Amino acid sequence: MPPKTVSFEIKRQANPDAPAVWESFEITWRPGMNVTSALMEIAGNPVTAHGCQTTPITYDSCCLEEICGSCAMRINGRARMACSSLVDNLEQPIRVEPLSKFPLVRDLQVDRSVLFENLKAVKAWIPIDGTYDLGAGPRITPQEQEASYPLSNCISCTCCMEVCPQFNEETGFVGAATIAQVKLFNSHPTGKVLAEERLRALVGDGGIQECGFAQNCVEV
Amino acid sequence: MAGPKIIVVGGGLAGLAAVIRIAEAGGAVDLFSIVPVKRSHSVCAQGGINAAKNLKGEGDTTWKHFDDTIYGGDFLANQTPVKLMCEAAPAIIDLLDRMGVTFNRTPEGLLDFRRFGGTLYNRTAFAGATTGQQLLYALDEQVRRHESEGKVRKFEGWEFLSAVLDSKGVARGITALDLRTMELRGFPADAIILATGGIGAIFGKSTNSVICTGSAQSAVFQQGVTYANGEFIQVHPTCIPGEDKLRLMSESARGEGGRVWVPRTAGDKRPVKQIPAAERFYFLEEWYPKYGNLVPRDIATRAIHKVVYEEGLGIDGKPMVYLDLTHIDRATLDRKLEGILDIYQKFVGVDPRDVPMKIFPGVHYTMGGLWVDFNQMTNIPGIFAAGECEYQYHGANRLGANSLLSCIYGGFISGPNAMNYARSLSAAEGDGGHAAELVRQAEINARLLNSNGTENPFKLWRELGEIMTQYATVIRYNNGLQKADEKIVELLDRYKNVNLSDKSPWANTSFAFTRQLKNMLELARVIAQGARLRDESRGAHYKPEFPERNDEQFLKTTLASFTGSPEGPRFAYEDVDTQFIQPRRRSYDAAS
Repeated sequence: MPPKTVSFEIKRQANPDAPAVWESFEITWRPGMNVTSALMEIAGNPVTAHGCQTTPITYDSCCLEEICGSCAMRINGRARMACSSLVDNLEQPIRVEPLSKFPLVRDLQVDRSVLFENLKAVKAWIPIDGTYDLGAGPRITPQEQEASYPLSNCISCTCCMEVCPQFNEETGFVGAATIAQVKLFNSHPTGKVLAEERLRALVGDGGIQECGFAQNCVEV
Repeated sequence: MAGPKIIVVGGGLAGLAAVIRIAEAGGAVDLFSIVPVKRSHSVCAQGGINAAKNLKGEGDTTWKHFDDTIYGGDFLANQTPVKLMCEAAPAIIDLLDRMGVTFNRTPEGLLDFRRFGGTLYNRTAFAGATTGQQLLYALDEQVRRHESEGKVRKFEGWEFLSAVLDSKGVARGITALDLRTMELRGFPADAIILATGGIGAIFGKSTNSVICTGSAQSAVFQQGVTYANGEFIQVHPTCIPGEDKLRLMSESARGEGGRVWVPRTAGDKRPVKQIPAAERFYFLEEWYPKYGNLVPRDIATRAIHKVVYEEGLGIDGKPMVYLDLTHIDRATLDRKLEGILDIYQKFVGVDPRDVPMKIFPGVHYTMGGLWVDFNQMTNIPGIFAAGECEYQYHGANRLGANSLLSCIYGGFISGPNAMNYARSLSAAEGDGGHAAELVRQAEINARLLNSNGTENPFKLWRELGEIMTQYATVIRYNNGLQKADEKIVELLDRYKNVNLSDKSPWANTSFAFTRQLKNMLELARVIAQGARLRDESRGAHYKPEFPERNDEQFLKTTLASFTGSPEGPRFAYEDVDTQFIQPRRRSYDAAS
């Protein structure tokens, strides 16, 4: 019996100015396989399903356990992390393409630095006096910690921005990830000293008023 | 006059800690990282960070933390820096708290602490089970603040290739590769700090992120930096075996009461929940009643190996044992361990709150690394190192939750030390060696791009990982280590015939990987040969042929130097600083 295989269709683009093309791959199935392990497999044997020699696929990945936020891409049309996308749960052929709202670099790799620029604009940090020993921080109740931890857990994958209809060049909307960080830092006993500056940054061009309440960000 | 220019390579906890201290002291920093720093591997650390804050009324002290660390490391660590680190730990926790880290709290609003392996005290502060992520984000935010004030320039998406050394062998900067445009460029600096993390990729699959190749460490090793204790590799007892990586299942699962067991009868076919307590073999609790499931990692890993391979009791005859949390209520599990339980559920498809997890040991951490002095400077003037990439704090075995501490502490002291060094540095002669180093790097790049060989670099890497995992991890035999070294030599030879399946000058990840591979191979020899030469058992290094620790011959730091000859590195040994705690027999069973 021939080995069970998994079919992939992957969108390739050699550089931002090159035409996009789709390539098909047949990868030997293995238990527990995810999309990133298929991409690694292709790197070791870069041959398409039609037997054509090709190049390894360029994509971002790092931790492979959905905590670093690197490997966001569109898989079967949905923005998600490639490492936690198990092939057994996906309809085949599995169609893989880059996020569409960010400048393309190559293949599945895009430039998401806009998020980090946004975090700068809203001063997403606690303005400590310095790193010398000043004793313990403010007391925080377990309830407060439980409220802030989920916000602090944001992995900057940008999936919430990818799915947002308002996140586009026209509105310049900052997106949900940045707004959540403002909420996090404005609720911290020390962080709130910058609350007004953060809110002012958020009501400028592309600020919170551009939110259309589509609520797609909540889904991802 | 402008302050010194310092280059920091690596944006994990150690690198960011160094950057913050330099920016505070008025230095200018260029920060280099392969990935956006917020995605660095520190993000994967789960369980917590140690500090003897003694907030549980147990009488914990920094001395006890120091003693646990030295004892846990089987007396191989130099004691002075470890003592200073343990003394600095409580203030580091306070600082992180002030930075807004979402540490778990007690009802009174104070920091909560839990127990970790190798200690009897609740000494580990934690933020759920994603402590590394929360700490990394806190430092990332502070660095972003300094960046917005113009004190830090970030070069994200750049890979360190080499140090630039002047005619006297003093560091004057680095060369780096832009991973997008593939541009090779030199960057001058008065001092450089490497904070480039672990080397898990040398073992193929590990708990490390894919960027943890050790390439930067190996590059400076090949330029003359001494590499210390390379043979000490931590294999973490509890990982989720996977196709692409071994996902860590944090020690905090046991810290919160998780129990490790196998069915007493080999091949027990009953559903796991139907196996009664009397027929479960809680082997860690039976063998080590005092520490139980919280023995240090090297001990737990060897115990699991013994149960699986010597006693044949792996679940369904496979190399797996149970890690069981199902006796703990869901609310507690969610409050304290949600992050790691979600990982298990996501990747295995089973809820560990209902069904015991199946786990097995996996390569996790290198205790060895670049040799540094107590100021974090290597033997090359101007090259500093901090974090997992250096060897200083963990001896022969690292205790859980000491890595986040050593990264931040090492980063914090390397920054000011690099500044002090840079302030007294005399001006370079000529261009400080920049032009020559750029030529050398350009030649390496050209050779790779023009290579028309037949060897796929990713396949060579897979072979390296298999041989290293087989012969240089939990149980080591001299003939196996010999075989591993011979295989690495073969791979180095085949590397000359490598085929770059992508020659594009834009975002060429195969090209970057193939350069890393050469460095992985060179560093692998340091591990295999260093292990071959150390005929004793100490901490994570275990040889059945030499089952005892031999202080007379081997209470010494291994020092490897690059020679470029086919025989591989040259080895020497240095005495260990044991001035505070007399080495004693290390044992975690009931008698001790």
